[in-house]
Amino acid sequence: MRYSPRPPISSSTRPCGLSRTQRIALGGIDFVPDLSGALYVPEFDTLIVADLHLEKASSIARRGVHLPPYDTRATLAQLAVAIEASNPRRLIFLGDSFHDNDAGSRIAQADVEKLAALLVDREAIWIVGNHDPVPPADLCTRLAGHVLLGSVLLRHAPGPLEPGLHEIAGHLHPAAAVAQRGHSIRCKCFIGDARRLVMPAFGSFTGGLSISAEPFVALFPSGDYAVWMLGSRAVHRFPAKRVY
Amino acid sequence: MTAMMLAPPLLPPLFQDWFASRGWAPRPHQLALLDHAARGDNVLLISPTGGGKTLAGFLPSLIELAKPHQRAGIHTLYVSPLKALAVDIARNLEAPVAEMNLPITIETRTGDTPHSRRKRQREKPPDILITTPEQLSLLVADAHAAHVLASLKNVILDELHSLVTSKRGVLLSLALTRIEAHAPASRRVGLSATVADPDALRAWLAPHGGASDRAPLVLGNAGAPPHIRILKSVERVPWAGHSSLYAIPEIYAEIGKAKMTLVFVNTRSQAEMVFQSLWNANEDNLPIALHHGSLDVGQRRKVEAAMAAGKLRAVVCTSTLDLGIDWGDVDLVIHVGAPKGSSRLLQRIGRSNHRLDEPSQALLVPSNRFEVLECEAALQAATALAQDTQYPFVLKFDVLAQHILGRACAGPFKPDELFAEVTRAWTYRNLSREDFDACIDFVATGGYALRAYERYAKLKAQPDGSLRLSHPSIAQQYRLNIGTIVEEEMLKVRLASVKKRLGKRLVTGGRVLGELEEWFLSQLAVGDTFLFAGEILRFEGLDEFGALATRSKSSEPAIPSYQGGKFPLSTYLAERVREMLGNPKSWPSLPPQVRDWLSMQRYKSLVPSAQQMLVETFPRGHYHYLVAYPFEGRLAHQTLGMLLTRRLERWGLQPLGFVASEYALVVWTVRDLSLMISAGRLDLDRLFDEDMMGDDLDAWLAESNLMKRTFRNAAIIAGLIERRWPGKEKTGRQVTVNSDLIYDVLRSHEPQHILLRAAWDDAADGLIDAYRLSAMLRRIRGQIVHRALDQVSPLSVPVMLEIGRESIYGEAHDALLAEAADQLIDEAMRLV
Repeated sequence: MRYSPRPPISSSTRPCGLSRTQRIALGGIDFVPDLSGALYVPEFDTLIVADLHLEKASSIARRGVHLPPYDTRATLAQLAVAIEASNPRRLIFLGDSFHDNDAGSRIAQADVEKLAALLVDREAIWIVGNHDPVPPADLCTRLAGHVLLGSVLLRHAPGPLEPGLHEIAGHLHPAAAVAQRGHSIRCKCFIGDARRLVMPAFGSFTGGLSISAEPFVALFPSGDYAVWMLGSRAVHRFPAKRVY
Repeated sequence: MTAMMLAPPLLPPLFQDWFASRGWAPRPHQLALLDHAARGDNVLLISPTGGGKTLAGFLPSLIELAKPHQRAGIHTLYVSPLKALAVDIARNLEAPVAEMNLPITIETRTGDTPHSRRKRQREKPPDILITTPEQLSLLVADAHAAHVLASLKNVILDELHSLVTSKRGVLLSLALTRIEAHAPASRRVGLSATVADPDALRAWLAPHGGASDRAPLVLGNAGAPPHIRILKSVERVPWAGHSSLYAIPEIYAEIGKAKMTLVFVNTRSQAEMVFQSLWNANEDNLPIALHHGSLDVGQRRKVEAAMAAGKLRAVVCTSTLDLGIDWGDVDLVIHVGAPKGSSRLLQRIGRSNHRLDEPSQALLVPSNRFEVLECEAALQAATALAQDTQYPFVLKFDVLAQHILGRACAGPFKPDELFAEVTRAWTYRNLSREDFDACIDFVATGGYALRAYERYAKLKAQPDGSLRLSHPSIAQQYRLNIGTIVEEEMLKVRLASVKKRLGKRLVTGGRVLGELEEWFLSQLAVGDTFLFAGEILRFEGLDEFGALATRSKSSEPAIPSYQGGKFPLSTYLAERVREMLGNPKSWPSLPPQVRDWLSMQRYKSLVPSAQQMLVETFPRGHYHYLVAYPFEGRLAHQTLGMLLTRRLERWGLQPLGFVASEYALVVWTVRDLSLMISAGRLDLDRLFDEDMMGDDLDAWLAESNLMKRTFRNAAIIAGLIERRWPGKEKTGRQVTVNSDLIYDVLRSHEPQHILLRAAWDDAADGLIDAYRLSAMLRRIRGQIVHRALDQVSPLSVPVMLEIGRESIYGEAHDALLAEAADQLIDEAMRLV
C-alpha cells in the first residue's frame, strides 16, 4: 500500500496529548509523538500505534496466571484519548495488535463495540505482526504486510533497509532510563536516528526492552541516536549518551 | 539412694549421667519444659542466648525417643528461620544422640536438600526433622503429609520472636493449623529471645479457640547484664551523615585490644565503607573480614568457617549475623551507628560471650550528634534490659492466598472446613468469612468482578462442594513460588578479565563476587567505580548473566551507594530520646560537644519537653524553612513530609521541597512562613491536624512508588506474578508482565480488589509507618511549640545538612526528566 502526501492541515490549536515541543523528522516528513506512545503524521492525517497486544491478560490466563482482565479495556481507553487528541482520518496499527491469533474469540463484546466506535469514519489498516499473523477477521478488515508513507516504510519488525528508504517499526518495545539526582527514571520511548524509528509498545500490559539491549545495538551500530521518553506529562528528548 | 531422691524425676538415669559426664546440671527451665511436655502443653520458653535453649526444646523428644520405638512418621519437627542454623542444630544434636547411643534419626530439610533425599524422607521419615518455615509449608502441601505427620508429637519453633514480626511468621502460623489438623495430639514449643510483650507470643503459639488461649510461659534465667560503653571520641562527632569514618582509628584500636570483634552496621553500604576504611588503617595486618547478605554464599561460608576456627580478629557485618550460630569466641561487639532499637541492640550484644555468667562487652559508635542521644537512650534501655514492643503480623491476604493454593495441592478441600481451620491460627482469628471467600475466589480465578477467567480456573468445584486443583501442573507452580521473602531484583556481579584485541576491550566474566540490586547497577556507566565485596570495582558492563566488574586502582569510589538507615528508630527508643532531650538534668552524661550543642539550642531557640513538638521557622538564602522535630523515624517523617507539602500547596504556600531524617523534617517554601504564622494566616495546629491521614494519604499513596513495590511483593506472595527464575525468561517459559502496569490497570478498574487491599495494608503498616504517624499526630495535638528565628538553629543543622544529599520533591519524575533535559540545554548553550 502506498500513500502520497496531502496538503498540510492548518490547525491553530494542538490537541493536548500530542507533544507541544517535540517533532521527529524522518524522510522529510514530520512526526509528532503523543504522550500515549502513538505517533501522529500531520501531513497524512494518520495516527500510528504499535504493539497493542490486546487480550494479553486472557492469553496468559490460559496458563493459570490470572492478571487483571482489564488490559484490553485500558488499552482501548488510551487509544480513545490518542484519537481524540489528533482526530486522524487514518489509523495504522503497526502489528502485534492482538496478543495471539485466538484473541478474537476471547475479547469481550463491549470491547469489540468500543473498538468499532473508535474506527467509525476512519480508515484502519492492520499491519500483521509475529503475535497476530492472522488477526481476527471480523475486526481487522484491511490487513497489510507493510505500508509506505512517502519514503517511510511502516512495518512490524525493523529490518534491512534499501537505500533511499526510511523505516518506522514496532516489535521491540523500547524503553530508556535517565539517572538524575540518584534516581533512575525509566519510561517507554521512541528511539531513532536519521533513517529509522522504533515506536514504544502501546498496550497497557506491554513492558519495555532497554535500549542498551542487543537488538538496539544492532539497529543503531554507530550509537548515534536519540530517544523520546514518555513521561507522565510530557515527551522528553535525550541524546544517546545521556540514556541507558 | 539419696542421690536418686534428689535427682529430678523427669530426667531418666541415662540423661542424668550424660549431663554429669559433661559436668553440667540440668537447668530449671529445661526441667520445666519436661514438666509441660509430660502434661502435653504448648509452651513458650523465653531465655537469653547461651542458656541451653535449644537443648531445652529437644530434651523431651530425646527422652521419649530414647525408648525403643517404631518409626511411623516424624516425631519432632524443628523449625528455624535460618537454613544455616538448621544445619548447625542438626550437627549439635548429633553429639548427645551419639554419646548416649540413642536410637534416633535426625535429618534436615532445607531449600538445598536434593529431591532424592526429600523423597526418601517422605517414604521413611526421620524421628526428628529440622527445617525452615517455607519447607514446612511445602511439607503440609504434599499429598503424603497425612502419613508423614500422623504420629507427630512436638513442633519446636526457634527464634519465634523474629519470625512472628514478618510474613514468614504468618505463613508458619497457617502451616501449623494444617499440622494440628493432621496431628491433633501434637504440641508446640516456642523458643524466643527476651521480648517486651510475651503475652502476644503466648497467644500466637496456642491454637485459637483451643483449651487455653495462651501457652504457658517458662523463663530461662537471665545472664549477667551486658557491659555497654559509648565511644567518647576525641575526634569531633559529625553533625550529620551515617559513615562514622571519624571513629575508624578508635574502632581499630579496640579491635586490636580484643580477641575477636564483631562490628555491626545497619546497611550493606555502611559495611563496605567501614571495612574499606579499617583496611586502610590496618597497619598490623589484622585478619579482618566482611560479611553481608549480598556477598556470594561461598564467600560468606568461608568467613564463617574462619571465624569458627578462630582465624579472624574482626568481622564487619550486617543483620546477616544477627541470629543464630555460635561462630567462635566473640568477646567484643562494636555497633557502628545507632542501633535504632533496644531489642536489636540486645540481640546483637548477645553475639558476644555466650557464657551466661560473664557480661557481654559492647561498644556503641554514634555516627552523628543525634545518634549520640540515641546511643545513650539505647544504652540505658539495654542496661535495664528493656525491649521494644513489636507486634506480630496478622491477617495477610496474600499469605492466606498462598496457603489456600497449598491446601489445594495436598488434595480437595471444603471451604467451610478450611475456614474453620484457618481461623484456629491466632493470626487469622479475626478473618471474616467474606474476606476468606474473596481469597478463595482470588486463588481460583483472580477474584475479578469481571468474571472473565472461569474457564481457566485453578480451583474447580466438585459435586460435593469441595474444591480441587484443576490441573496437576499448578502444584508445580505453587512449589516454585512458595515463601514470603521477596528479594529485590538482584543481579550477579562477576569479576571480569579484560583483554585488548584489535584496539577493542574484550571483557570476559570470571568468579561471582555476589549480588547487587538491579536498580543500583542499572545506574552505572562503564568505567564508574563503586565499592563492593570490600573492593573498589570498575563497572565493565552487563552481559546475559549479570554485571561485570574489574578491580580498580582508584582510592575513592565514584558512585556512592548511599542508603539511609534500613531500620526505623523504634518507638520506644524515640520516646527515650525525647525524654532525654527534655530533661537537662540527664545531659551531664553526654559528651561535651553534644552538651554544648543542646545548650546552644536552648539559648538560641528552645529544647522541647518530652511531650512537646518543636516547630522552628527561619529564612535562609532565598527560601524560608520550617523544621519540625517529631522523632518518629525516617519513614514516618517522609510520609508526613508528603502530606504536609500537599497541604501547604493547597493553601497556596508554594512548598518547594522537603527532607526527612530519623529525628526531624524540613520543608522549604518561597513564602515567609514566620510572617504567615504571626499574621494568623498559617495555623500550625491545623497544618498538623490528624485529618491529613484521610484522603490526602490515600491520594498520595495510590500514586507512590512505595505502593507499587508493596503491590509487587503482595502479588508475588499471592501467586499472581510468578517469581523470576534466572535463565527461564530467555526460554520464554515465563511470561512476565511488569507489576507496575498490573497495579495501574487494577487500580483504575477494580480499586477494591483483595490484592490492592493487601498492598495498602502492608504499606500503611511498614513502608510509610502510617499507624505510627497517626499516633504521633494524636500525641502532639495541642503540644506544638513554635519559634520564629532569624537563622538556622543548632538543632536543625543535621537535617539541614541532609538537603541536597537527597533532595527530591515527591515522586515528580517528570520534573526530574525535565531537569535532566534542561541541563543538556544549559551545557549546549554555555560559552566555552
